[in-house]
Amino acid sequence: MTIEGLYIIIAAMLIAASSALVGSFLILRKMSMMGDAISHAVLPGIVFAFLLSGSRAGLPMLLGAAATGVLASLLIELLYRKAQLPQDASIGITFTWLFALGVIFISSYTGQVDLDQECVLYGEIALVPLDWLYTGAGSAIAPRAIVYGVVLLLVVGVYLLLGYRGLLITSFQNDFAAALGISTAFWHFSFMSLVSVTTVLSFETVGAILILAFLVVPPATAYLMTQRLRVMLVWAVFWGLLAAVEGYFLARWIDGSIAGAMASVAGLNFMGVALVKQVLKRKKRATAFHTAAVK
Amino acid sequence: MSANKEAAPALEVHNLTATYDRQPVLWDIDFSLPEGSLAGILGPNGSGKTTLLRNIMGLMQPDSGYVRLLGQDLAKVRAQVSYVPQRESVDWNFPVSVSEVVAMGRYGPGKLLRRLRRQDRDIIEEAMERTGILPLAHRHISQLSGGQQQRVFIARALAQQAQIYLMDEPFVGVDAATEEAILNLLGEMKNRGHTVIMVHHDLQTAQDFFDQAVLLQTRLVAAGPVETVLNKENLQQAYGGRLNVLSKVGQLAAEKQFPLREKAFRERKKPAHGESD
Ligand SMILES: Nc1ncnc2c1ncn2[C@@H]1O[C@H](COP(=O)(O)OP(=O)(O)O)[C@@H](O)[C@H]1O
Ligand SMILES: [Mg+2]
Repeated sequence: MTIEGLYIIIAAMLIAASSALVGSFLILRKMSMMGDAISHAVLPGIVFAFLLSGSRAGLPMLLGAAATGVLASLLIELLYRKAQLPQDASIGITFTWLFALGVIFISSYTGQVDLDQECVLYGEIALVPLDWLYTGAGSAIAPRAIVYGVVLLLVVGVYLLLGYRGLLITSFQNDFAAALGISTAFWHFSFMSLVSVTTVLSFETVGAILILAFLVVPPATAYLMTQRLRVMLVWAVFWGLLAAVEGYFLARWIDGSIAGAMASVAGLNFMGVALVKQVLKRKKRATAFHTAAVK
Repeated sequence: MSANKEAAPALEVHNLTATYDRQPVLWDIDFSLPEGSLAGILGPNGSGKTTLLRNIMGLMQPDSGYVRLLGQDLAKVRAQVSYVPQRESVDWNFPVSVSEVVAMGRYGPGKLLRRLRRQDRDIIEEAMERTGILPLAHRHISQLSGGQQQRVFIARALAQQAQIYLMDEPFVGVDAATEEAILNLLGEMKNRGHTVIMVHHDLQTAQDFFDQAVLLQTRLVAAGPVETVLNKENLQQAYGGRLNVLSKVGQLAAEKQFPLREKAFRERKKPAHGESD
């Protein structure tokens, strides 16, 4: 494998690990659709960040862009609570609207921004080795995507270390948490911010849409395997990392989209685990039946 | 504070009106319950019992009226109030173990960042011991029977070490043995001066369990000592035409034809169980 290939895999693994951790809580909070909404809704924010900062948006710019995701979750809450729209309709209205806004921005400013629809939607992970960050003195640090990936993993890691209990209790039983006096709004919106940051920092690598596959599929696979949250988090990260590696080689082999291959492989892994689980269950039932019959 | 505590009832609800989608679900509810009581909130399905608890716990904003606990705003005495939501309000496939759920009773604002202390661990263990779920501590919550799940919630409430306990239908899907065990526990707590307020839908047992009752049907039908609340007129008013067997119970109770104490009641209940279910 070339060093370029290694850079690509490392960048993907960093994103896969962060997304697996964030996505596990997304699933447990029954908010996968919210993740979907946010991954679309950050588009105008991303375009704005690029418009304001020229061809390459810096880290602070991108973190600012994540605010669009938070705005989306606020709008959804507003429609749901104040306009008393059903939640799925609130989500549908909000994210399509913000996404459309982003599409307009991109199409009307294409000349001025080094950003095209395809990059935003599907990512350009193959370009990872070409885009380096430099120190002020001009020496190369690392590929930009890898630096962003490390920052993302740090943010996610710190948030989950500090917020584990808060997320756990509000995900398990929001009302009970509120009755204890815990601010459920704080946990909701801080977590939505984390999802937004994850999406925005990943979009150049895997795309704003495919990120959902990284957020949801490896945690869903892990969810099938265990009933312990910490174990689930570990497995989710494992499946994320595996999909990144497998996907890279699959893409090389078929000479196709890398991010697409990673997302597809993640889905295949999920189906494999689901199948094995079914078979094991049936076997167990058959054995139980057998022992009962023998008795 | 202590002088205040003696004077103030455990719970006061003042002119409370609450709506969902502009439909009133509670209308001008006004009552109070003394400290140290074991009180039942009764009424047919959809009469607003759960909504009343949610308003008391600040989980819903009333359209008008207010609530006092121990004579104070909820915010001031939150640590003294424990809430046990309906069992079906959680996803029992959520990946947590019994002891992890009970441990949540020790969480609170400002306590989320630190690890549980030795003292917290002891309290959690004692709560599981008292509810008889200590042997299940490491089980996943989906591997429990309905009665065991309910015990987990009650253990979590005990771990809060509160003064007032608000429980939403703790006996739904619970076997007779667990019901008995929980009742004994609640009686014990009452004897220690705690207040237990419970949503309950089984009128037949209400007479025996509670010393205070609140009868709801969107409006307040009656509140006070259980024997004055559960009379025929009140039950008729709350349950309307749906009251058939139940009205007889109320009538008999009112006429005191049955020595309605716990044991006598249980013997009577068992044979009837097969017929009605
Ligand atoms: N989230 C909700 N949205 C709209 N209506 C609700 C909601 N929750 C309860 N209701 C309605 O409020 C009424 C009272 O409900 P509830 O307090 O749960 O009754 P109970 O606990 O006495 O069975 C019912 O008519 C119910 O349909
Ligand atoms: Mg109810």
